[in-house]
Amino acid sequence: MNRKSKVDNKEILDKLVKAIQSHTSQNYSFMEVCGTHTVAIFRSGIRSILPGNLRVISGPGCPVCVTPMAEIDEAIYLAKKDNVILATFGDLMRVPGNEGSLLQARAEGARVKIILSPMDAVLLAERERFSRVILFAVGFETTIPPIAIAIKEANRRGLKNFFVLSSMRLIPPAMEALLSDKKTSIDGFILPGHVSVIIGTKPYRFIAERFHAPGVVTGFEPIDILQGLLMLLRQKSEGRSEIEIQYRRAVTPEGNVKAMEVLREVFKVRDSRWRGLGIIQDSGLKLKDKYAPFDARKHFDIPIMPENEPPGCICGEILQGIRVPTQCALFGKRCTPENPVGPCMVSSEGSCAAYYKYGN
Amino acid sequence: MCLGIPGKVVTIDKETSTAEVDFGGVKRTVSMHLCPEAGIGDYVLVHVGFAIQKLDEEDALITLELFKEIGEKYIESEI
Ligand code: SF4
Repeated sequence: MNRKSKVDNKEILDKLVKAIQSHTSQNYSFMEVCGTHTVAIFRSGIRSILPGNLRVISGPGCPVCVTPMAEIDEAIYLAKKDNVILATFGDLMRVPGNEGSLLQARAEGARVKIILSPMDAVLLAERERFSRVILFAVGFETTIPPIAIAIKEANRRGLKNFFVLSSMRLIPPAMEALLSDKKTSIDGFILPGHVSVIIGTKPYRFIAERFHAPGVVTGFEPIDILQGLLMLLRQKSEGRSEIEIQYRRAVTPEGNVKAMEVLREVFKVRDSRWRGLGIIQDSGLKLKDKYAPFDARKHFDIPIMPENEPPGCICGEILQGIRVPTQCALFGKRCTPENPVGPCMVSSEGSCAAYYKYGN
Repeated sequence: MCLGIPGKVVTIDKETSTAEVDFGGVKRTVSMHLCPEAGIGDYVLVHVGFAIQKLDEEDALITLELFKEIGEKYIESEI
């Protein structure tokens, strides 16, 4: 498939940019919630062609970036235990904890295995009957139903050596927390494309109804993003606040009903801490009682880890759209993608990494 | 981390709810648990080894040419 990420079709893009310009009569700050959008926006160079009074700010939608240091420490603690294999998505390997990263733990002898799918961890547990395989389950609604299926599969296969360290988070409660916080000022949202494939548009309605901000579920091509911005601007100029779908080729208002059923069957909500945002009510998940034997926090005696963040790192404020990476004193100096201090520089979807790679 | 990649379903194994999916020449085994309605020849959006949504063929094939058309369609309704 010939998918190009550069700004390609000049004529259409020019028309869209002109339309955006003519609709940007005042200052607006729109937030893209999803890390994949952050990367797409930077890579395509869209920021440089937008009118000066239209700001696009990055939000908390990079799962790696919002995972608190304490949970990284928990994963490292478990990885160092005897007879344990910690299975993780690759993005988490280099996130610094209080005592190094998973990558360092592996170099020191811990068994840490990078997986591409949660099912890989189940298959690993099946192969390695005498090891305890722990899936470090990080992700939003897009990734959670696959994790739920993996747990159901482990159950069906009768595995007693498969466990899940839950670090899953839900997007709408985080958006509610952002909107309720007086420090942030957001005029509208570019809503995540693939989270919305699963949840549909209903869970976002409160944004329009209670906070009177528009939201547009948007795809990831430059044309998608420009059109999403234009749809937001149109709502603004017409005084509307609605949740619309630009990414119609993948997203329906009702979402993936089956995936939501599986999610609810396996997990229940719990309060969860987000890096930078603090504890957000009902924004995390834990395993329901039926699946509790797979809960790593129940099976292993994990000490309570300190709730601190790397000194000098302002990742938290960046995730709320309050500050930008270049306002961090460590940016590009002590903190680089090769030598990251905070998670926003580790993840390829983090704002700091995007600023570093593509410039401001 | 929420990346979804479109691919075409080549074969389906109902017993294991898995499918062979072709991503522009590279084939992978994908779980179909979350997208049971997709059949052989359908395009699906794949995330961490799971099909999470069936796509229309036209929409899945966002090559440059097709995208141009889709883009124009969008433009007509938006500008
Ligand atoms: S540049 Fe590094 S230290 Fe500064 S906010 Fe970003 S991740 Fe944190």
